[in-house]
Amino acid sequence: MSAATESAGVAVAAPALVQASDLAKTFDVSAPWLNRVLERKPRTLLHAVDGVSFEIERGKTLALVGESGCGKSTVARLLVGLYEPTRGGFRFDDQDAHAAFKTAEGRKLRRRIQMIFQDPYASLNPRWIVEDIIGEPLREHGLLSGREALSDRVGELLKSVGLSPLDMVKYPHQFSGGQRQRISIARALATSPEFLVCDEPTSALDVSVQAQVLNIMKELQRERGLTYLFISHNLAVVRHVSDQVGVMYLGRLVELADKQTLFAAPQHPYTRMLLDAIPQMKHTGRARTPVQGEVPNPLNPPTGCAFHPRCPHANARCSAERPVLQTLRGVRVACHAVQEGRI
Amino acid sequence: MSLLQVKNLVVEFPGRRGTLRALDDISFEIAPGEILGVVGESGAGKSLTGAAIIGLLEPPGRVASGEIVLEGRRIDQLDADAMRHIRGRKIGAIFQDPLTSLNPLYTVGRQLTETIRAHLDVSDSEARRRAIELLKDTGIPAAEQRIEHYPHQFSGGMRQRVVIALALAAEPKLIVADEPTTALDVSIQAQIIQLLKRLCRERGAAVMLITHDMGVIAETCDRVAVMYAGRVAEIGPVHEVIHQPAHPYTGGLMAAIPDMTSDRERLNQIDGAMPRLNAIPQGCAYNPRCPRVFERCTRERPDLMPAGATLAACWLHDATDPHIGQAALAAQHERALAEGERAAPDAGAPIAEMNP
Repeated sequence: MSAATESAGVAVAAPALVQASDLAKTFDVSAPWLNRVLERKPRTLLHAVDGVSFEIERGKTLALVGESGCGKSTVARLLVGLYEPTRGGFRFDDQDAHAAFKTAEGRKLRRRIQMIFQDPYASLNPRWIVEDIIGEPLREHGLLSGREALSDRVGELLKSVGLSPLDMVKYPHQFSGGQRQRISIARALATSPEFLVCDEPTSALDVSVQAQVLNIMKELQRERGLTYLFISHNLAVVRHVSDQVGVMYLGRLVELADKQTLFAAPQHPYTRMLLDAIPQMKHTGRARTPVQGEVPNPLNPPTGCAFHPRCPHANARCSAERPVLQTLRGVRVACHAVQEGRI
Repeated sequence: MSLLQVKNLVVEFPGRRGTLRALDDISFEIAPGEILGVVGESGAGKSLTGAAIIGLLEPPGRVASGEIVLEGRRIDQLDADAMRHIRGRKIGAIFQDPLTSLNPLYTVGRQLTETIRAHLDVSDSEARRRAIELLKDTGIPAAEQRIEHYPHQFSGGMRQRVVIALALAAEPKLIVADEPTTALDVSIQAQIIQLLKRLCRERGAAVMLITHDMGVIAETCDRVAVMYAGRVAEIGPVHEVIHQPAHPYTGGLMAAIPDMTSDRERLNQIDGAMPRLNAIPQGCAYNPRCPRVFERCTRERPDLMPAGATLAACWLHDATDPHIGQAALAAQHERALAEGERAAPDAGAPIAEMNP
């Protein structure tokens, strides 16, 4: 509770808790060396994330949305230190996180940044009981010692996500999908982190269960002043949980805006297309004309603006010159058409 | 006359520790050219209903009782060979994952012409001409060249178009589409749904669309069946089911979906989870999670009964019941729901006078 009240005062003056600047990750997907030499194939590089910058204030939620292969999950993995960035960096609480991850002090930092994964079936060890799963970060970081203290803390954590302390002797297969996702939330909370990276935490769940998990996440944020990076492809979910929304397309941010602004007045043609593609419950039997085309191959992205082959407003400049993310009409957007006032 | 009638269908899985009843007394009809949506959470029996209709139940699963009637003819007791002629010719199928629905070793063209020639008496060149026609119809650019390509050379959305072309190849009267867009991105999802709708309308084919996405149902279907724990909880015209749900489960399901137009802090949630097949509660299977449960729900199992414009399996709507006052309360609750009360944080909380 105290963290939440503190943050309200601090957030005004201090820099944002999470600051990513020009974050980039390139994967080398070349053929093996021998093939390259014999068949004279060039190296092939996949720019999964290509210069992404954003900030998240303490206690707020930034959502990243986009279609498969746009680099959302790579950003998540960069922020928790599972990947080294190829370029750029990420500052957490005003210290260089990737430099710190390499030092002994880095363990303290990892304690403060935790992650929730998409698939609650794959992210829990099936041969461990819940007590061991949730207790592992506590033991690993040496936060608690002694069986008694450990199981008390695990019981507390289970209660905070709406499960019973009696559940700690069970195995993951004895729980439903939604309950498993709560176990992974409890595990992520074990080290009392300040920043949680959530990579599609509800996309494997049914809607009624998704509502349970989203409600718990919002309650925890309110109680503990948590900061979230929330990755999802579901715009309705994003609209429910986030304060700010970043829209990604082929490894780049194309629009970054406050939730209200983004949903009320989307600027980038891709954002407009995504919003238009959501089936609406209100309009039964509505006929739509969806935008044509698909996400291009990231190994061979289009020149200029990556979205231009699918964009209804594209012109010669869009296919030649790559737009930069700049502040236009009060939001951050990367689009020539918006800049020139064509749309 | 309806195209497909499912009457009191029961599907069971015999096992060492007794028989599990996965589908319990399911009845519905599909009219020619109609799109029926089937929704429910994982494990509700949606896909199993589809599998029973196309005769692809995995053993030891079997149709224990009930009938499936297609164009006036029973198809649930046909042998595998006779069923093979119906599948494809009369009933086409589209599955969730387009990559596993296609044979990776054959070109798309070979798979299409094979299907066409298996069911229709046409020459090889005629079958090929039709295959190209089908690919063009499903919006695949450069169909003449693409027909020589293998499935791995297509993207996810394009593959699902090929699967739709395959399902339509022998001009079936009914398409069973099991989560056809779940594996696809939202922008592609919209394209595929539009395509499926247009092609079926042009060809007069009926569709049974199985999905867990209410948005897709709302935009696509004429009628919708809501399934819970192996039974139909509510069935009726799509607009009424979505906007005036008669069954508390349908209401809860609708309210749990994050909405693009409302700004509430908390989503309505349905507490608990769907029961396992070996632990279906007595009475109404939904009673442990239902906010409006009363004594009769835990004792007797409701069958589908008229509830406004829809049919719902819920005792709140039983006109002959001494709890008739419940129906009036239900109507009041529905009106409140329609007026947007679902934004209230405690709309899902138990209503005091509902408790016995």
